[in-house]
Amino acid sequence: MKMIFGRPLGLTETLQRYCPGCGHGIVHRIIGELLVKLDIRERTIGIAPVGCSVFADEYFNCDMIQPPHGRGPAIATGLKRTRPECIVFSYQGDGDLAAMGTAEIIHAAARSENITVIFINNAIFGMTGGQMAPTTLPGMKSTTSVKGRDIGKQGFPIKVCEMLASLDGPYYLERCAVDTPRNVIRTEKALKTAFANQISNKGFSMVEILSMCPTGWGQTPVQAKKWLGEVMAEYYPLGVFRDLSKEEK
Amino acid sequence: MAEKKLMYGNHAMVEGVIAAGCRFFAGYPITPQNEIPELMSIRMNEIGGVFVQTESEISAINMLFGAAAAGKRAMTSSSSPGISLMQEGISYIAGADIPVLVVNVVRGGPGLGNIAPSQSDYYQATRGGGHGDYFTITLAPNSAQDLYEFPRLAFELAEKYRNPALILADGLLGQMMEPVEFSSKPIDPKSLPEKEWALCGCKGRERRVVRSYDLKAGKLEVLNLRRAEKYAKIINKEQRFKTEYCDDADLVIVAYGTCSRVSDAAVKMARDKGFKVGLLRLITLWPFPMDVLGDMAKKVDNFLVVEMSNGQMIDDVKLATECRSRIYFHGRPGGGVPTPPEIYKRIEEVLGGAR
Amino acid sequence: MPEVKILEEVCKGCGLCCDNVCPENILILTPDRINSNGYHPAMVTDMKKCTGCGYCFKICPEPAIEIYK
Ligand SMILES: Cc1ncc(C[n+]2csc(CCOP(=O)(O)OP(=O)(O)O)c2C)c(N)n1
Ligand code: SF4
Repeated sequence: MKMIFGRPLGLTETLQRYCPGCGHGIVHRIIGELLVKLDIRERTIGIAPVGCSVFADEYFNCDMIQPPHGRGPAIATGLKRTRPECIVFSYQGDGDLAAMGTAEIIHAAARSENITVIFINNAIFGMTGGQMAPTTLPGMKSTTSVKGRDIGKQGFPIKVCEMLASLDGPYYLERCAVDTPRNVIRTEKALKTAFANQISNKGFSMVEILSMCPTGWGQTPVQAKKWLGEVMAEYYPLGVFRDLSKEEK
Repeated sequence: MAEKKLMYGNHAMVEGVIAAGCRFFAGYPITPQNEIPELMSIRMNEIGGVFVQTESEISAINMLFGAAAAGKRAMTSSSSPGISLMQEGISYIAGADIPVLVVNVVRGGPGLGNIAPSQSDYYQATRGGGHGDYFTITLAPNSAQDLYEFPRLAFELAEKYRNPALILADGLLGQMMEPVEFSSKPIDPKSLPEKEWALCGCKGRERRVVRSYDLKAGKLEVLNLRRAEKYAKIINKEQRFKTEYCDDADLVIVAYGTCSRVSDAAVKMARDKGFKVGLLRLITLWPFPMDVLGDMAKKVDNFLVVEMSNGQMIDDVKLATECRSRIYFHGRPGGGVPTPPEIYKRIEEVLGGAR
Repeated sequence: MPEVKILEEVCKGCGLCCDNVCPENILILTPDRINSNGYHPAMVTDMKKCTGCGYCFKICPEPAIEIYK
């Protein structure tokens, strides 16, 4: 018998320390598979963020670097400009990318750096204990918005795909989710496109992925995936926000 | 004889960086160092290097982190407020043992301060500057020739010890025009050996990880202890300085950068008047040349520390001499530059009738 | 015929694969067993029904599932 599904070679043997039901692991598996399928593992440099996935530098079976909170796109720029033959991806959470690193992601996108960004939107700061993120939904509870995010005082969430789509720079922007097998398969396709774009020197590609954080949301994993589909994906609509390959045709 | 050219200090620095085999520059404009990114944008284009004008100094230092982690010589330049923004990044780079070159063309502070030359970032430069237990190798040029030569020295030291290096200059040096001798053969970056830690894809080898953290119990302590050994080695081996007329001196001026140039003139004035005055010009600020000062303190009764600040390096002079001698200070903070007659007057005050 | 193998020691018992994921509905969390991390690992109730679609694998964050054919 042959294994048709299993741990990809693009992941190390190290078991992941994420909470049960956390979406990070699903996305890790997809990237791990793509590193092998696209035959890029041996020339890839990955960037782990600061956040729960800081340990991604132990999980991806390729060269890795761990930069300061939010600065992944700047690190990626330095790596890619000096090693254009390498494939460079920046893996970031929503605190990392949409709070601390807002300037870096906007300008990397505006310059259309030839990199791949994987943006995990779980609407919360996971690592530091469930505080409000820039992506926390209006009315959503967190440890710094215990009665629910008050938009009067705490402002509105940032919709990153929509924001970046206002720039001319990005080549490809898509928002996906990992709450159902169907959506996971859609995410697989999007991430494949995002890496393939870099391989053929197309410029900046980012995939935003709505991802469960049962711990930060105070839900069971099963409740979390339902909430993601019913509430979160309503606020953050899935879909392609930019795909310049369509215009090239 | 090697080619000589009249150049601005900041331009000499750009040529020095390129001659050192560096092909990556990232930075954000700030006076008084704008000539560096401006010329760099032209020169990097000519020679197939990378020039990125960034959205902030935070981004610049992190691009450097990436480029240097890829094993390439990489530099940024800025001035005081921009260097403050870079501190988190420098701390990460030091924590990951990655060599980079950061140039600070210091201006008056604190805050936005002014754009006049200053030396008030001495503490920041020599105490690590950011969070955590680390130091950056810090060089203090005092001529356009130094600005040309020090980038190479800085990269060599940075790579030898896998540590960030800093060049602490000031606006006066950068804007001064002086003859520069292109003393050594430019380095072809392709001739530099590949680093055994560089990120370049794991083909044919184990994967590599560049990081500054270790959360496993006790591991970070071990890493820091190892780094302390490295620092001890640097302190032991790399103290650089120049002495002038120190052998018979009753008073030795301790200064670096622009202040050492001005002090040099003051020393000559004093010698002409019969005062036995010498000059200790510091080239490395970290490691601080404490050994030479310790030795001098055994014979020299008076030291005069001259700085363009309210007195920061004076602390290190006191430590190095273990307060065995009398230590005097002449400082001009907030963009003031001391003049030779000013310093001479201070010498006269100290030595009085000792002529 | 496809075969699903649950890596019981890797499984964190999140239950994502057991809820409306398998078209044949043959995955549950073991009610009476825990692994050394204290989790109830997932198990297959009726292997004959497995079509090898891989949905359970795709939703598994670890991944603690292998499928053979
Ligand atoms: C400069 C700085 N500020 C704050 C922190 C603390 N911190 C670590 S992770 C994090 C939030 C991460 O949230 P997110 O990016 O959403 O990732 P998640 O943990 O949810 O996956 C914060 C605030 C830090 N490490 N550095
Ligand atoms: S806190 Fe949230 S994001 Fe972090 S590992 Fe747990 S579930 Fe995942």
